[in-house]
Order: sequence, then structure tokens, then C-alpha cells
Amino acid sequence: MAFDEVKTEGFKQVGTRPRRPDGVDKVTGRAKFGADAYAPGMLHAAIVRSPHAHARILSIDTSRAKALKGVKAVVTRADFAEGLTGDDWDVLENVMAGDKALYDGHAVAAVAATSALIARDAAKLIEVEYEVLAHVTDVDAAMADGAPVIRDGAADSSVPAGLHPNVVRYHESGHGDVHAGFGEADLVIEESFRTEAAHQGYIEPHACLAQLGPDGKGELWCCTQGHFHVQKLCAKMLGMEASNLRVTASEIGGGFGGKTTVFIEPVALALSRKTSRPVKLVMSRSEVFRATGPTSSTSMDVKIGMKKDGTITACQGVFRLQGGAFPGAPMEFTAMCAFAPYDVKNVHQIGYDVMTNRPKQAAYRAPGSPMAAFATESVLDMLCNQLGLDPLDVRLKNAAKEGSKASYGPRYERIGLVETLEAAREHAHYSAPLGSDQGRGVSCGFWFNHGGETSVTLALSEDGTAALSVGTPDIGGSRASMCLMAAEELGIPYDNVRTTIADTATLGYNEVSHGSRVTYASGLATIRAARDAVQKLCARAAAKWGIDEDAVIWEDGCAKPSGPNAGEFDPLPIAEITAEMGSTGGPIVGHFEATPEGAGVSFATHIVDAEVDKETGATKVVRYTVVQDAGKAIHPTYVEGQYQGGAAQGIGWALNEEYIYGDDGRLQNAVFLDYRIPVASDLPMIDTVIVEVPNPGHPYGVRGVGETSICPPLAAIANAVSNAAGVRMRHLPMSPPRILKALDGD
Amino acid sequence: MSMIHVSTTVNGDEVDFVCDPRETLLDVLRDRLALTGAKEGCGTGDCGACSVMVDDRLVCSCLMLGAEAEGKSIATVEGLAKGEDLHPLQEKFIEHAALQCGICTPGILVATKALLDKNPDPTETEVRYWLAGNLCRCTGYDKIIRAVMDTAADLRKAS
Amino acid sequence: MVTVNLWSGLRSHVDGRDSVEIEANNVGEVLRGLVRAYPQLEPVIAAGVSVAVDGRIYAQGLTQPVAPDSEVFLLQRIKGG
Repeated sequence: MAFDEVKTEGFKQVGTRPRRPDGVDKVTGRAKFGADAYAPGMLHAAIVRSPHAHARILSIDTSRAKALKGVKAVVTRADFAEGLTGDDWDVLENVMAGDKALYDGHAVAAVAATSALIARDAAKLIEVEYEVLAHVTDVDAAMADGAPVIRDGAADSSVPAGLHPNVVRYHESGHGDVHAGFGEADLVIEESFRTEAAHQGYIEPHACLAQLGPDGKGELWCCTQGHFHVQKLCAKMLGMEASNLRVTASEIGGGFGGKTTVFIEPVALALSRKTSRPVKLVMSRSEVFRATGPTSSTSMDVKIGMKKDGTITACQGVFRLQGGAFPGAPMEFTAMCAFAPYDVKNVHQIGYDVMTNRPKQAAYRAPGSPMAAFATESVLDMLCNQLGLDPLDVRLKNAAKEGSKASYGPRYERIGLVETLEAAREHAHYSAPLGSDQGRGVSCGFWFNHGGETSVTLALSEDGTAALSVGTPDIGGSRASMCLMAAEELGIPYDNVRTTIADTATLGYNEVSHGSRVTYASGLATIRAARDAVQKLCARAAAKWGIDEDAVIWEDGCAKPSGPNAGEFDPLPIAEITAEMGSTGGPIVGHFEATPEGAGVSFATHIVDAEVDKETGATKVVRYTVVQDAGKAIHPTYVEGQYQGGAAQGIGWALNEEYIYGDDGRLQNAVFLDYRIPVASDLPMIDTVIVEVPNPGHPYGVRGVGETSICPPLAAIANAVSNAAGVRMRHLPMSPPRILKALDGD
Repeated sequence: MSMIHVSTTVNGDEVDFVCDPRETLLDVLRDRLALTGAKEGCGTGDCGACSVMVDDRLVCSCLMLGAEAEGKSIATVEGLAKGEDLHPLQEKFIEHAALQCGICTPGILVATKALLDKNPDPTETEVRYWLAGNLCRCTGYDKIIRAVMDTAADLRKAS
Repeated sequence: MVTVNLWSGLRSHVDGRDSVEIEANNVGEVLRGLVRAYPQLEPVIAAGVSVAVDGRIYAQGLTQPVAPDSEVFLLQRIKGG
């Protein structure tokens, strides 16, 4: 058998919908999340945070806190490593402020005590003297002349001369001649758009339990999307060797990109090092809002030219993203994704990464892409409306296909945008009548997806069952998919595979669970590790039969002679081979350690109907359909779940969610009551259509699905609301006051 | 601060604990009684992840003091299953994939059981409004609502 | 020689051009060749780039072969959430 074969049909288990292996743990309360860990002698920690948006730290007096009974240690920036540079320095500076507090909520000190209540009391006794500085939280204001400078010299070499020092990175790309392209158009529309910062909104606040002794060896338990990355970052910040810190990923209560870095983990480790006791640190919800990464807010200008027949002649966009008080706003993705669904000869896009006095942005599901789609797809909707064209026909007419030159440069491999558009057009939703005050919106969305470093082992037990260890935290049911893929390859029942998220001491490096990479990359790794194990199983059978290894095939969980010439032998089931493996060559373990690079980009098309109450400005999403290319759905139920979850998060971002800052630069809505994510009564059922256009870069054709699902909703909902209200909405979220203002023509 | 002694019943078992008067019922359940099924998602009663029953009333345990549990009967997610047998809601949540990360699941299960005990035949809208105090960020609620409706139908058939 | 297409933000680093010719047999040689020919690109490449070869995006694979007729694009490093 070919061990590198690509298989896209004839599956026995892949594509079925078994119960997830961690289901009972999750419904009984037994599953252990970040805050569910306890250790004997454990201390509790609390963090002191800046109440100012921008302030120089003049002094920190810890004496009163230290005098409180039960307080064991206080740490400040002086307790962390010096000499870090680049991104590492940025992350440390965000974990614990140095000379300046850069945003409301920035950590300045931390305390460990014998109880959480004492730690909180002690935190209040730490006296920080600040010199308050001028601040800026708005992206356009931060770029303007005279804006307070957050960190001079932070700009890299990409930034053209003459821009404000808060502009720290610049991107420009495109091809063709946009001026000529606009000249060919029958209609050109240029509009400006804004989106506000939304938080990932995972329900589980960051939590960890750290233990670091005087021998320099440490243990860390935390909720993270990537414990290997946590190990690397923490080791640098504590000035220790990475392998001396073993990190175990807890069950994770949502991440969506927001748990791809560290916030509290180095702090707990520093406190543990000072006290030689385990230290538990759990964020409150308001700390999560104030001090962990929301997404960027944006200010965007998009210009598109179109012929009367719907042909897009040119696209141009300028995308300004603020990423908080550090470089890193994903403006290059906003720029590169903005026109990616379309085959356009003339395209030009510019991105600005702008620093403000806000928390450091963190990745949020397809970072940068949903905002781009909002701007582009809004303008497309306006063009279709004015030219009297069907919005899906126009998108189909211009849709990128295999071989099309992407707006960001290269030619596409096999992609499935056309298939999602055709499925959307055929869906009953698209032709269903609308009620009064209702409007329909559509949008396409694009995301790159990612592979990344991946290490997996698959160990066979004597009874022929399999223990699969992966290093990518399971953020949405991925263990079920891994079990399915391993079972498919080994030809054993799904329940005979157990998948564990292994700690950093057990596997080689695994990149974070991000970039929609888990089912793609850990899945590919699982398939290849299983094939590695099967190859070894076949070798044992060949040795037993005294025939060539090449003359043995693997089918339905058994080794078999490849044909009559190979000899007459009864099939040898896996359990018979593993039962004697100790005496036929030793344990049988399949491995995969590599960096899969064929993630395969993905596209989605969403249809949404919205009803707008013109008296109150309130919007109700009345019908929602997600059509997306999954390449191959390993566990279709969890693929649907990703589609529905992405749509729901997009609905929140489009209609309600935003970071609201006061003139004092303080975040005004750092609780769920005021930062309102969608609740059950806000949403309709979310219909899903799984399109499968196999990704040539995966043995089963898998494309990541987690992120693309949040790319179209902002635009689709904005188009639906604009069509329902009869007025174009250019600023998200479309909260009732903004809709009323737009209706008033303001 | 002096501790308070509290006698209560949790999932049918008599339990005694001491706690600081500032500790919430959620703190006590998790940190003193090792019942970590109820989760703290917000600490302000907005997310419902800490939902428990107190004398047959659904409450956010982060909004009630531990000391207030004196003489009360508390039911948490840990008491839903009977021995090896999961509660029908637990079965249906797994079957429908009504959870992704699972952090909201304990609270949603407790809240849903309270609904079905009170109203065995809820409409979809009633389920959605009942669960409006339980935030889920992963699922978009679709599969949760389906799991609840399906459980309710099964329970009605069985009764 | 391989034609390496650059994003236009890099034009100022490479004498105003959109693409440059580099002697290379794999992605790593492309990146090293770029830095050798245009030292101004060093910080850009050090900050992290992806390379698309015939439409497939390589975020890390320096050993990926490239041929003289390969379509090669330098892209900013692809990450995700």
C-alpha cells in the first residue's frame, strides 16, 4: 500500500458523527478546566492594574501589602528577565508594565497570599504613584498630527517617512493598474467604514496553576490554545531553560485566538519562584476585558469599479487598524483578504498598523479578515443595488477559481468558492419571500488557514487499541476528529482509539491551535502516524509469514497478503500482532514530526435575513444560512458547530459588541452585562451547508473550518440591515442608537 | 475575619463547611467542597456558568454568599447523573454535540433541567428565553436548543 | 534563476521593482538570496514571511524546492486565531 496516498472517498468512519470522547467529562462537571486545578500548599495571586490609559510609573510601594497577614510575595517588572527584544519584549511588557502603564488595566504588580480574598485585599494596599500622560484610543486620532506618542521608535522599516510615530507597520500590495481599471468601470463607488474592537468573549477567564522551585524546574497548568508556545514564552520571561518548564494544557473554555499568548502565566511562575509554593492565578471577567486581547478596531476606505454586466474592473482599499499599545494589528491580513474572493485584474491595498492606549490586540478568528469583508462586500452590495444586479450572480461572475491570480499575489490551487456560491443560490433561503421591515444580505469570506509545526505519536496497546497523543489543545471537539482519522487508517473501531492532549514533556513542539490548523495539521499528522504504525504492523506480519514486507497490505484492521503470489495466509488482525509485539521487535508506535504546509485556503458564502425596528433601531436576525467549503468534513456535526459558532460571533460583532472608551481612556463596559454577546433569545437556528472541494494538501482533502466562518457575517448582516432599513450602515456594531442615527440621515 | 460555620445539603449529602462571610456559594462549592462543575465565567451573574439549584430555585451561585446556604438544599451538575446513568439531558447534549468547549455546559444543563421540571413542553422560544441568562460563545445555541427540545420530547413520551 | 514577486510595500527596498531574480533551488535559498542581493530586506524577512510557490503558501518550509518556472511570491507571515 502507498503510505502517502490521498483518499477522498470510500471512507468507513470519516464523515460519521460519533459521540465525542470527552463528552461525559464535559456534561458531568468532571472535565478539568484552567481554574479547576488545586495543589497542596497552594497560594492565590491577584494583579494590580493601572487605572490610567497612559501614565509613567514613578514608584511602587509594596510595604503595606507585604505587611498584611497571609501575604507571601509581591512581584513587579524587576522580577522578570531583562534583555528580551522584539515580540518577546512586547509580550513581557504587556504581561507586566515597565516604565509606563500603556492602557487602562495594564498590570503593574502582583501579589501571592494564602487565600484569594487576602490576595485581593493586598493588591489594594500596593501603592503606585503615576504621572498621568495624554492618551489616545481611536485609530484615526492616533495617526493624526499631535497625537500622544505611545512609544517612539516602535515603527519598523516598512513605514514610509512622514507618518506619525504611532504608525508602526505598513503594508502595500496589489497588481495591475487600478486607475485604468476604474476608467473601464460604468460605476465606481468609494465608501469609508469603521468597525469597533470586539473581544473573543470565551466564557472561561484565563487561569493557571504554577509551580517553580529553587532547582529551576517548573510545572505549569493553564488554559491555552498552545502550551508549547506558553512554555517557550514563559521560559524566556523567567530566564529559565524551556525544557525545565513542563506545561500541561487544561481543558480550555474557549479561545478563538485570544488564548494564543500569555498574560498571567509568567506572573504566577514568578510568584511561585519567590515563594517556592504553587501559585494559582485566575482572572476576573473585567480583567479579561481590560487586559487581554480584543481584536483591532478599524477605519477603512474601499473603492470598487464595476461594469454594467457586473464585471469588477478594479478594487482599492486602505485599512487602518489599531492594535493597542503594541505593534501587531493584523492589517496585512485585512489588506490581503479584502478582495481575495474575486478574480480582479487591477487591485491595490494598503494597511496601517497603529498603536493606541488600549490592550494589546490578540488574534480573533481569522484575524483582520471579517472587517475587510465588511468594507468590500458592503460596496459590492451598493454596486449591485445601483446597477440592478443579483448579488450572488455578480459574485459568481467574478469569483476566483483554480488558477485565478489572488488579490494578494499567487495563483490559487483548487478552491471551492464557486461551489459555495452555487449552493447558496440554490438554497431555499435565497428565494424565500421577505417580511416587512426585513432585508436580505449576502457576503463571501476568505481565510488563508495554516499548517504549522506538528508532532504526534500513536502507541498501540497489546490488545490492539490505540493511544493517540497530540499537542494541539482541543478547542472545539477535535479529539473526536482525531479518533476518527486514526480509526479509519488502522481499521479499528472509533472507541478503540483514545486521544490525549499531551504535555510539553511528551511530544515534540506543536504550534498553537490557531489558523484553523488542528483538523488539518494534527489530522494529517494523525493519519501519517497511523500509516507509520500500519507499516510496522505489516512488517511484523511479513516476518511471521516469511514473506516480503511489500507483499503485505492492511485492510479492515488486518494484515493480509497482497495477492495470490504473496502466499496463502489468513488475515492477521491487529490485536494478534500487538499481543506478541514485545517478542517480535518491541512496542509499535507510529510517529509524525513535521510542518505540514498545504493548509489550503477556504471560502464561505453567508445569507442572512434581518428585521429592523425603525422606531427602536433594534435588529433581529430572522434567518441565517452558512455555506462553506470544508474540503472534507471529518466529523460533520462539529464542522456545522464551527459554522454556527462563527456566524453567532459575527452577529454579535455586527450588532452589539464593542469596546467603549470614555474620554478618560478607561474601558466603560468591562462586564458581560454591558459588553453584550449574543444570548439564546437573540438568535435563530443557523442553517449550514457543508461544501466539500478537497484540499490537495491533505490526505483526506481537509481544509480548516474554524475561522472562515466568521469572515462573511459582518458584511452579510450589514447588507441585510442596510437593505431592511433603506440606509447604508458604515459603522459596526449596528447598535440601536447607530441605526436610529443613520435613519435620521446623520 | 472570623469564619462562619454552615450546615447544608449538597446533591443530597449533608455537608458542613466554614467560610469567610465574603465568600460566594460558588467559591465555597469549588474551593471548599471540591465541586468544580459550576464555573465562574463572570462573577456578576451575567453568564450563568455557575448555575445551581438552591431549594429548587435556579440561582447564579456567584451572586449568593456561602453563608446563605445554611439549611438550604443545593443541587449542582455533579448530582445530575445517577450512578452510571447520565440524565437524559446529558445524553442528548453529547448526542447533538450541544457543546464545543464545554465550559458553559454545566450551567446550561442545570438551568435546562429546571426548565423541564417546570415546563415539560416548552416552545423553542420559551427555551431560548429561559436560557438567555446562560452564555455560550462556541455553538451559536443551535445544537443546544435542539438537544433541549429533543430531550423534552423524549421525556414526555416516557412519562 | 527564479522570479520572486514581492508585495509592493517592499518596492522601496528593491530599487522600485515588483519582482527580482534570485538564484535558488528552494525556499530557504530564495530568502537567503534576497537578503544577499538586498540587505535592506533582512529585517523584513527576519520578522517572518511566508512564501507561496505555485499557489501553495509555505509559512515555514525552507526546504521546499523551487524551479526556474515556479511562481514564487513573498507574503507576510500567515498566522491565525
